Amino acid sequence: MNELITSTATQLAEKLSTKEVSSEEVTQAHLDRIAEVDEEVHAFLHVNTEEALAVAREVDSLRAAGGDDAAALHPLAGVPIAIKDLIVTVGQPTTAGSRILEGWKSPYDATVIRKIRAAKLPMLGKTNLDEFAMGSSTEHSAFGPTRNPWDLDRIPGGSGGGSAAAVAAFEAPLALGTDTGGSIRQPGAVTGTVGVKPTYGAVSRYGAIAMASSLDQIGPVSRSILDAALLQELIGGHDPFDSTSLTDSFDNLAEAARNGSVDGVRIGIVKELGGEGFQAGVEARFRDAVELLRGAGAEIVEVSCPNFKYALGAYYLIMPSEVSSNLAKFDGVRYGLRVLPKDGPLTIERVMGATRAAGFGDEAKRRIILGTYALSAGYYDAYYGSAQKVRTLIQRDFDAAFEKADILISPTAPTTAFPLGEKLDDPLAMYLNDVATIPANLAGVPGLSLPGGLADEDGLPVGVQLLAPAREDARLYKVGAVLESLLEAQWGGPLLAKAPVLGTEKTGGVK
Amino acid sequence: MADQILSFDEAMEQFDPVLGFEVHVELNTKTKMFSSAPNAFGDDPNTNVNEVDLGMPGVLPVVNKAAVESSIKIGLALNCEIAESCRFARKNYFYPDTPKNFQTSQYDEPIAHDGWIDIELEDGEVFRVEIERAHMEEDAGKLTHMGGATGRIQGADYSLVDYNRAGVPLVEIVTKPIVGAGRRAPELARAYVSAIREIVKNLGVSDARMERGNVRCDANVSLMPKGADKFGIRSETKNVNSLRSVEHAVRFEIQRHAAVLAAGEKVTQETRHWHEDTRTTTAGRPKSDADDYRYFPEPDLVPLVATREWVESLRAQLPEPPAERRKRLKTAWGYSDPEFRDVVNAGVMDAIEETIAAGATPAAARKWWMGEIVGRAKVADVDPADLGVSPEAIVELNGLVEGGKLNNKMAGQVLDGVIAGEGTPTQVMESRGLVLVSDDGPLLEAIDAALAAQPDVADKIRGGKVQAVGAIVGGVMKATRGQADAGRVRELILEKLGVNA
Amino acid sequence: MAEITRDDVAHLAQLARIEMSAEELDRMAGELAHIVDAVKSVSEVAGPDVPATSHPIALSNVFREDVVGHVLTPEEALSGAPDAEDSRFKVPAILDEE
Ligand SMILES: [Mg+2]
Ligand SMILES: [Zn+2]
Repeated sequence: MNELITSTATQLAEKLSTKEVSSEEVTQAHLDRIAEVDEEVHAFLHVNTEEALAVAREVDSLRAAGGDDAAALHPLAGVPIAIKDLIVTVGQPTTAGSRILEGWKSPYDATVIRKIRAAKLPMLGKTNLDEFAMGSSTEHSAFGPTRNPWDLDRIPGGSGGGSAAAVAAFEAPLALGTDTGGSIRQPGAVTGTVGVKPTYGAVSRYGAIAMASSLDQIGPVSRSILDAALLQELIGGHDPFDSTSLTDSFDNLAEAARNGSVDGVRIGIVKELGGEGFQAGVEARFRDAVELLRGAGAEIVEVSCPNFKYALGAYYLIMPSEVSSNLAKFDGVRYGLRVLPKDGPLTIERVMGATRAAGFGDEAKRRIILGTYALSAGYYDAYYGSAQKVRTLIQRDFDAAFEKADILISPTAPTTAFPLGEKLDDPLAMYLNDVATIPANLAGVPGLSLPGGLADEDGLPVGVQLLAPAREDARLYKVGAVLESLLEAQWGGPLLAKAPVLGTEKTGGVK
Repeated sequence: MADQILSFDEAMEQFDPVLGFEVHVELNTKTKMFSSAPNAFGDDPNTNVNEVDLGMPGVLPVVNKAAVESSIKIGLALNCEIAESCRFARKNYFYPDTPKNFQTSQYDEPIAHDGWIDIELEDGEVFRVEIERAHMEEDAGKLTHMGGATGRIQGADYSLVDYNRAGVPLVEIVTKPIVGAGRRAPELARAYVSAIREIVKNLGVSDARMERGNVRCDANVSLMPKGADKFGIRSETKNVNSLRSVEHAVRFEIQRHAAVLAAGEKVTQETRHWHEDTRTTTAGRPKSDADDYRYFPEPDLVPLVATREWVESLRAQLPEPPAERRKRLKTAWGYSDPEFRDVVNAGVMDAIEETIAAGATPAAARKWWMGEIVGRAKVADVDPADLGVSPEAIVELNGLVEGGKLNNKMAGQVLDGVIAGEGTPTQVMESRGLVLVSDDGPLLEAIDAALAAQPDVADKIRGGKVQAVGAIVGGVMKATRGQADAGRVRELILEKLGVNA
Repeated sequence: MAEITRDDVAHLAQLARIEMSAEELDRMAGELAHIVDAVKSVSEVAGPDVPATSHPIALSNVFREDVVGHVLTPEEALSGAPDAEDSRFKVPAILDEE
């Protein structure tokens, strides 16, 4: 396989800065790879060929000219990136994976996109997702599912299955995801990639189409811990357009990733995030990872978070409540789809009803109705109100756990990638995928998933999750980097090297 | 079918009215409540909007600090407690003028609560109205209904939406139930809204122009049988947007409720629409499950903590309350009750204050504003203060009259010239050649000519009919094209004829 | 099992402005009851002494100065509109008056 597409972003950045390769070559190599494999993988909803190449050429000419402009280039300038199609971009369509926004083009850029443009990363295109990021398999995309590069009959996780699959299939070295209940980390786990949900407020949400405002966070998707750190540093920082944006500085992440260490670090195993419902191969790889860390000098402790068992319930009340309100704006008046009722009087109320009936898929409707119920008169206190209190209890559990441990560890998802269609008709079974990732969203703490190896029973990737106290994102990278290097030393290279070949290579170059 | 009504007197014999008001005040900040788009009136459609105001996918609100400070000032002026901590909430309902299909408002944690204001009625009686709360929220866009009857939502074929007003900061002021106004309820309603308007205008936080919708009133009315203490079922008449309408709408609803109750029926709890043309209300939407607004704390905004230092620094900026100011000025100027009330009703109190400050006596300031300017403003259909007469011009004009340079008639012409933009009073006087003939020489010539022209009148005057002198004065004034001091002319005529006045 | 009838769902669907067929209402009523059963335990864990958390990271007083920023042109504002007239968004009649 072309080395340009298997390199990490850090490696590409290095080659670009020494002018060993041009950004145009790198970008073109990824566009070629997309052309080659994306029919199978379906990670992309839109490929941004011309703009990506234009940005690449601009970076190349700035580098060629040398001087101050070249010196001022961002370290990741010229390294291509894929964008989850929940994030608005001028010049490319943004669909949120929904018919209701099909063909819509935003007149403004998300804050993270402004930063990516300023740093001159060529945007390869927009990646697939569950409709409005609601799902754990990317099967709820209105434009068809994304497939897992490890097994095309299996799910790539969700909602950010497109971004994770694009990175795992070497279609992009970097991608942006959004994580409301695990939508960056769980796809990372099942595709053998790295995904980070930063501390709530560390990255601006302005321009990420809101699913559940108090839980959503944009974060990096990559093939290495250092790449993720570099990308989070690039997209993070205070944004006056987001009232929940933190003013803290998060510019020590790459440094942490470069100086990985677990010396004297207390790592807490969360008792409640394991056992029943967790696949044997997942637990086995998780235990291996813990032993590697112990061997590297970490102190392993066990912590208990007794209220985590209510996290899923609280999440499935808070999230749909916020969803029901956030998705109200899609009504066929100002943008997007408008559908007229088939018969009867033509009133705006009926047009809104028909538009939303045709524009939203089953899962979106399910969550909107559930949220409408949870917020409605007479139920608010029992459901939404109680769920907000559970949130307090979960924060207290984290506080107590972080008294005993510097960082927490768990499997990212209870199982490896399951076959497409397996849980589509059982919403509750689908929801259980997020059991280990949701507590971090409820409490606002940062979480990272990295590849932990392959499960013995199915040979599919397993994810290991690290959780740190709020604002301590650097800790994730510091510990994650150690585990990554220990594991890669064991495997003799990155886990993705073990992934099956895709596209023309598997048929010997002839298609 | 038109609603039955009872006469107001009959209604008052049987029932006691209970009122309640929700007044929306649009703040005059430079930008919107949650976006940096301009807060401006009258611009072309959809030119004062950005992605936030249009509720585009991905947008987030950020609170306008000036709007918060204005809201706190309103709360303080209404003698409210300012909440130490409060939050915004989403009020969820679908309507095409509401870009997100929820209004960002405040629910269980308003910024200001538990206040009062004293309302002075026409005859000086003071009525205390208790304020339940004042909360911050955002305005909706503007719908124009097309087809069907002009501008009416009923029978329209379609509607057009302009979101320029969407997101304009509002403060909604809600009263506690107002009991005990009796037959003065309609008058109190008008006076209450007028007082709110005056307060926010005085604070400088709103343009307070009702015709532009800067102040909008929803009036709640219910009746209870005389002597009862349990409130009846209320109606809420929406968007009654002039002081006159508020008074009429409350009066009409009292009469309508009375007819319903007198017939032994139940009042429907509903919103009502006010029709200025017929001075009646018609039924709107009944209260129903559709009013389940599913309020919840706005997750995109963080709590607002009004520190006591902040509140006190805002309190220190408050201007003198209008009622106190009126009391002070009336005493200082020495006007009678009716004189002062006329000044207030004519809307020239500020102008008179400025004119006095510029050097006029209170009596002269009142004479010019009430006697000359108010009438001209009425003809021109503008506010007196907008006629373009500065306090300095009035002082100058008054000086010219008192110094004998102009008579009253000529002063009026000079004022017209000032209004027409011809310059200062002295400049107008000169450019229009308005010079009072004060030299007796030319006057005596004109008097001789007038007496010669009307010898019979001259004889009558000599014979003691002093009142006939008017005809000769008229002749002289005509001959001098009005540029003579009529009083002096009269004196000279009588002198000449040897008659004692 | 939580008691959620087809009429309840019809009411919720009306509040949420989603037209639903009778069959959809029935299916949704069943699924909803199922989900509510799975999540309702939250109402039993936290007593009145536990405060609610609406923001995961507590902040307060985040404001914007009252300074005019950017606006969209009417063309940009209306670029995605399903229907427009005279620089305004066009919507069908609000009232049903046949
Ligand atoms: Mg109201
Ligand atoms: Zn209101």
